[in-house]
Amino acid sequence: MSRVLVADRLATATLWGIAIAVVAVLLGIIAHFVLAAAGAGALSPSFLFGNPSDTEIGGIGPILFNSVYVLVLTLLITIPLGIAGGIYMAEYAREGRLTALIRFSQELISSVPSIVVGMFGLALFVSATRIGYTALGGSLALVVFNLPLLARLAEQAIRAVPADERHGSLALGTSRWQTIRHVVLPLAIPGIVTGIILTAGRIFGEAAALIFTSGLATPARYDFSNLDLLDARSPWSPLHPATTLSVYIWKLNSEGLGQFVRQIADGSAAVLVLMVLVFNVSARGLGRLLQRRISGA
Amino acid sequence: MSDVSVHYGAFRAVRDVALAIPPNSVTAFIGPSGCGKSTILRCFDRMNDLIPGARVSGRVLLDGEDINAPAVQAVELRRRVGLVFQRPNPFPMSIFENVVYGPRRHGVSDRRELDAIAERSLRRAALWDEVKDDLRRKSGLALSGGQQQRLCIARTIAVDPEVILMDEPASALDPIATLRIEELIAELRAEYTIVIVTHNMQQASRVSDRTAFFTMGQDRAGYLVELDDTVKIFTNPREQLTEDYISGRFG
Ligand SMILES: Nc1ncnc2c1ncn2[C@@H]1O[C@H](COP(=O)(O)OP(=O)(O)O)[C@@H](O)[C@H]1O
Ligand SMILES: [Mg+2]
Repeated sequence: MSRVLVADRLATATLWGIAIAVVAVLLGIIAHFVLAAAGAGALSPSFLFGNPSDTEIGGIGPILFNSVYVLVLTLLITIPLGIAGGIYMAEYAREGRLTALIRFSQELISSVPSIVVGMFGLALFVSATRIGYTALGGSLALVVFNLPLLARLAEQAIRAVPADERHGSLALGTSRWQTIRHVVLPLAIPGIVTGIILTAGRIFGEAAALIFTSGLATPARYDFSNLDLLDARSPWSPLHPATTLSVYIWKLNSEGLGQFVRQIADGSAAVLVLMVLVFNVSARGLGRLLQRRISGA
Repeated sequence: MSDVSVHYGAFRAVRDVALAIPPNSVTAFIGPSGCGKSTILRCFDRMNDLIPGARVSGRVLLDGEDINAPAVQAVELRRRVGLVFQRPNPFPMSIFENVVYGPRRHGVSDRRELDAIAERSLRRAALWDEVKDDLRRKSGLALSGGQQQRLCIARTIAVDPEVILMDEPASALDPIATLRIEELIAELRAEYTIVIVTHNMQQASRVSDRTAFFTMGQDRAGYLVELDDTVKIFTNPREQLTEDYISGRFG
């Protein structure tokens, strides 16, 4: 065997080894929590939707609700702004100092440790403005470092649309915006959707940025009939303190008292890991589905 | 068009082109690859505006009006001068929506009117019979290459231009699809002024009334060698360069 061939074999084997190790670790994590949770009887509807309890395993209903609430609220802010930012950067901005600055801050903000963003949120919402721990504060902290990421992903998806397609529209005497709206965006949607779902996975799993912003208070139960959006006791209000699943896990592990802490934490972790997995798998599936729908094949 | 030069950054791609295109005729642009045929074609509808770094100088008149004058909007101009691309580029939408795309953007919303435009344009583009049954269900992208290119022609006709530019419209197609496009051009010449770039000289001699031969100099800048009746260019050209090119390719 020639040396090149040996080196090639070695590299291939190493990469396979690494890939298998990564998959094994991933499966291990999932299996560990799912098995632990199942053993503790924590993978049941009553665990998912029930209220927390001190005397039995109880449920994580309100906490799961908060996770979804914060996710939806964050996405409501992030998606339109992210797509608008992506369109601006891909289609309108002229390369120059401004775009260089925007790109630099995009990268910087995305790489700031999320706990720092959380502390900034604490200073802003809780201390300075005395609004306190709220779902809104948590969502805004999440927006801070997910918006630049989504804007970047949207920009890349828009840039990936071939020039011929845009020019085809412009050659018919349509405006720039009409071209973006009717030709470029539909072609970029699969990529943007993938970006949104990957972002959603990150948001759903985030803990550090939320500890200081949406808070740690564990609600015993929620009164879903309270629809007053300005009442911090209403679960529908953006002003209600909202412990999410990831924060809850952190809290149980660090200060959890009571008999069933271990089981509840394992159950919550299993739910979290499965949800994030579902996000990622559906990102690929949905992206591919849209691609096929759009190409009409 | 007179004194037209085009630069891409510092590179001069085309120098001092002067030519006239008679209305309701087919003019073919031929010449070696890279001599600037596409670049010149794009001067007629200001598509060079969209290319970063591209700069056009000189005058281009359409019906006596300078299309590069500040008062002329490129968007308006492109409704009068359509362009069919080398690679078929239908939009990711139904066949019907592809055809009425231009009219819709220009404010036509009446259903009957759009239906009529779609049928008329598709008939003109010789595509109607093949697609009339799933106009709204089938995506433009699901058609064959030749059908896609005819769809792009229908889409261009639908905005009712005066001039149709075609940049090697058949180069990505098989011989049968190519033949259909050529037949189509012959039918369209009655109503439109057509300029077609082609690398295929038989095609130029088959479809065009007049032929312009371009080549490039030592500095790689393209220029017009001559423009004359197609028959003359192919049988008895004035310039030796043209003669060499034609015989080189045919012989
Ligand atoms: N977008 C562009 N940017 C820079 N140079 C270009 C661009 N388009 C074409 N050119 C250059 O201009 C010259 C003419 O190109 P083109 O008009 O495409 O020729 P043709 O259509 O005759 O093959 C070539 O040298 C080509 O490399
Ligand atoms: Mg060309």
